Amino acid sequence: MSDMHVHPEVVTSHEVHSDEHHVHHHKETFITKYIFSQDHKTIGKQFLITGIVWAIVGGFFSVLFRLQLGYPNETFPILETLFGKWGAGGHITPEFYYALVTMHGTILVFFVLTAGLSGTFANLLIPLQIGARDMASPFLNMLSYWFFFLASCVMVSSFFISTGPAAGGWTVYPPLSALGQASQGSKLGMDLWIVSMALFVVSSLLGGLNYISTILNMRTKGMSMTRLPLTIWALFFTAVLGVLSFPVLFSGLILLLFDRNLGTSFYLSDIVVAGQVLPNEGGSAILFQHLFWFLGHPEVYIILLPAMGMVSEVLSINSRKPIFGYMAMLGSLFAIAILAFLVWAHHMFVTGLNPFLGSVFVLLTLLIAVPSAIKVFNWLTTLWRGNIRFTPAMLFAIGFVSLFISGGLTGIFLGNSTIDIHLHDTVFVVAHFHIVMGVASMFGMFAGVYHWFPKMFGRFLNNTLGYVHFWITLAGAYLIFWPMHYEGLAGVPRRYMDKSSWVSFNQFTELNKFVTVVAMIVFAAQLLFVFNFFYSIFKGRKVRSQNPWGANTLEWTTPVRPGHGNWEGEIPEVHRWPYDYGKDGRDFIPQTEAVGANESKH
Amino acid sequence: MQAFFIVAILLLAFLIIFQIAKASEYVAVLRGEDKVRKQTNKINGFMLLSFLVLGLVGVFYCNEQLKGRILGTPASDHGVLIDRMLYITIAITFIVFLITQVLLFWFSYKYQESDNRKAFYYPHNNKLELIWTVIPAITLTVLVGFGLFYWFGITGNAPKNAMEVEIVGSQFKWEFRYPGHDGPDGKGVFGKKYYKEIDEGKMNPLGQLWDDPANYDDIYVSGEAMHLVVNKPVKLIIGAKDVIHDVGLVHFRMKMDAVPGTPTTMWFTPTKTSKQMIEETKNPDFVYEISCDQMCGTGHTGMRGTIIVETQEEFDAWMATKKPQYLVANPGKDTKAAPQDTSVVKPVAAIIK
Ligand code: HEM
Ligand SMILES: [Cu+2]
Ligand SMILES: [Cu+2]
Repeated sequence: MSDMHVHPEVVTSHEVHSDEHHVHHHKETFITKYIFSQDHKTIGKQFLITGIVWAIVGGFFSVLFRLQLGYPNETFPILETLFGKWGAGGHITPEFYYALVTMHGTILVFFVLTAGLSGTFANLLIPLQIGARDMASPFLNMLSYWFFFLASCVMVSSFFISTGPAAGGWTVYPPLSALGQASQGSKLGMDLWIVSMALFVVSSLLGGLNYISTILNMRTKGMSMTRLPLTIWALFFTAVLGVLSFPVLFSGLILLLFDRNLGTSFYLSDIVVAGQVLPNEGGSAILFQHLFWFLGHPEVYIILLPAMGMVSEVLSINSRKPIFGYMAMLGSLFAIAILAFLVWAHHMFVTGLNPFLGSVFVLLTLLIAVPSAIKVFNWLTTLWRGNIRFTPAMLFAIGFVSLFISGGLTGIFLGNSTIDIHLHDTVFVVAHFHIVMGVASMFGMFAGVYHWFPKMFGRFLNNTLGYVHFWITLAGAYLIFWPMHYEGLAGVPRRYMDKSSWVSFNQFTELNKFVTVVAMIVFAAQLLFVFNFFYSIFKGRKVRSQNPWGANTLEWTTPVRPGHGNWEGEIPEVHRWPYDYGKDGRDFIPQTEAVGANESKH
Repeated sequence: MQAFFIVAILLLAFLIIFQIAKASEYVAVLRGEDKVRKQTNKINGFMLLSFLVLGLVGVFYCNEQLKGRILGTPASDHGVLIDRMLYITIAITFIVFLITQVLLFWFSYKYQESDNRKAFYYPHNNKLELIWTVIPAITLTVLVGFGLFYWFGITGNAPKNAMEVEIVGSQFKWEFRYPGHDGPDGKGVFGKKYYKEIDEGKMNPLGQLWDDPANYDDIYVSGEAMHLVVNKPVKLIIGAKDVIHDVGLVHFRMKMDAVPGTPTTMWFTPTKTSKQMIEETKNPDFVYEISCDQMCGTGHTGMRGTIIVETQEEFDAWMATKKPQYLVANPGKDTKAAPQDTSVVKPVAAIIK
């Protein structure tokens, strides 16, 4: 810990106005404190705020294309006013529609729920909960954010070029994504998408390696691995998944870049496009899908695991009970992390994959349902006979469990290759992954924000707004995505922008309108949250006690507004696991308290 | 103007909610934060229980509204198996769904904070955990067992008597080819193709190699429905010219990607003629549709093909109206040359076999 940054002046200034608006460090300028900061807490906030901005953009895109899906035959002149040729005649053009869908997927999966979620909470919580002054390498950590920022800039720039951003779906399958002649979105926009994602991979590798080495090497005295809160374990496995799988995506994308610009044939073979015969022979379009999903599947767990970790923590704290089956929770996280690498081809059952190989992936996929089931039952048992406080964070955690159950169960449909023949690439898939990955992880993230906001900013979010936000979002999520399963069962393909010309798929007009209206309401509710967030940073109710939730973990032993270095004196020593809630008649026993002589064992 | 109103109303709603929220914070301070917190806790506990009840009513209502608009009866032999598997899975998962959601919301309501209760310190119980590892494992094994049994049947080899039809996707249409009758025992053989020969101007949209005699009697069909024979297995040979497409046959419950450079196949037996389906669905507009299920560009939504399933006689009558593409593309050639050449080739093929 040679790179400790705590100066004596800083410590005193904290003592003086620890409750005051932003403590001013002696030697720090605005730039080093808020922009090129190496403090993990500031970097976490940077990730969070960038993630929120991206979430607004990505969510707004979904409102736009829902407009098309709900009202395919109506004109909205405002679209032309706002977007010019993309909204020609008040209609969303197909080019625009597919660009919106692609960007919506890319933004929410990578920029919001990868960077915005694990970027935020790994940075904020790892040093605070393991008892370290900062990350193993604060400098690389800072670079991690700025690479993400750069990736964001490149992606944004693709919105403003004349051929528009990538439009082949967030999975960017070649040959569509490789051939500029095949689609406008496969022109310059696609190159920018690849460059942006490459930068993003760099960012997440820098971050991930840092998280792993910090957790392994910088735990405070007494903090053995089995005394780590489950948040940390979840963030650890998340980082491992990212470090092992992002490079594969990276190489897949580089080969795609070569195919696009250097005339190679990794993914291209036997192609006649727009009347033009291409020379490429011998490539395999399916190879890309293997490379993509080797990241793509772990990616859904990269999104989900941090949410699971935070939910475990929040459920336990607010039930005033230990998390049930800590070792089983840990074991199932481990099992999920391993199996996540062994199921990627379940996205490819109908690509012509060898049926025997397919059957192996069916087995492995349904195997992953077992650790997921264990987690659900353990969460339920954690609630059982608790003394539950419904903070907004707790409500979001409960909502997470509900959504994870609903979405997890439909995974059993899709993982079974026989059923997947019918359901693959239908709206059923859209419903499934939104519930289990999209909305559930969002709920995990909200739980985290409401719970740790006091630690981040020394103020509370407004509770009433929090409750309104929660109830609209929970009800809305189910109203939007539950009926979509039915459309999927009817075989309605995903990425169709207008079903009215189809005899088999035109029976859901009313439903589509309804879903669009609900989606808009839900989006407005998110703006309410955004408002609450920024308002409360400056005007929220002040946190007056060091440990407002009565929690055991180390972050609540720091000052209300910790400076760079987190603890003012020595880093506290840890004597027990983090879940001694309600033990021996005591509401909670912090990790820093030594085990008493007569204390009961668990 | 309308947009302006909507924005104005939204802003107003925001403002009101925000004012209420802020006021409630002050009220909390005035009335004692702890007291207000406990009251809010009760309200939210009650809301969770109501959400469960309303949610389950909603699930039931949604099912009543929509169940008539999904599946219908499957129109292929594989479809029957897939639907059966689907309904078994729906039944099992719905039971699990009910139990777990009820427990989740019930526990939340029942064990909400109360001054009279102490949380029960209960960190683990190995027996319980073992039980809920084993039960899902067994259930999933059963589902996988069923699933794979069907899967191997569906993806296994097509029966010997299956007819073969080639289907080729390109932005944004479907084209078909029938192999004629030039093989042994009257089944057709597809002539060779090479993608660099594809040339619509030369009437060779699939890139058939005209020096392969097997191409002489191959029938090319586009701009109309694919015709299939009821109760006769059909094996589709699937290809694509430009990007990946997908042959989605919703009524047959079948689906397979069309990948440029890598041909794929799938087979099934249509069990109902188009006319039967019109009667059964009471929809005079009913038609078997081929939907492209893989994102393929801006026209993806409209990449529609159709299929007519009919009796053997009707099929033969339709086929009799068709002329081999060889003759269309090579009008100078002696029309007799084609059958003649095939008769020369036939014995050779027979010897090789
Ligand atoms: C208000 C909330 C949301 C709504 C109403 C919504 C709606 C939709 C719809 C209707 C589609 C399908 C479009 C089509 O197939 O034509 C879609 C695609 C998608 N959404 Fe969302 N979404 C929401 C939030 C999210 C979140 C939180 C995620 C995060 C994981 C997400 C990730 C995706 C992805 C990955 C796709 C696939 C994009 C593609 O097809 O390439 N969405 N969304
Ligand atoms: Cu997957
Ligand atoms: Cu398509």
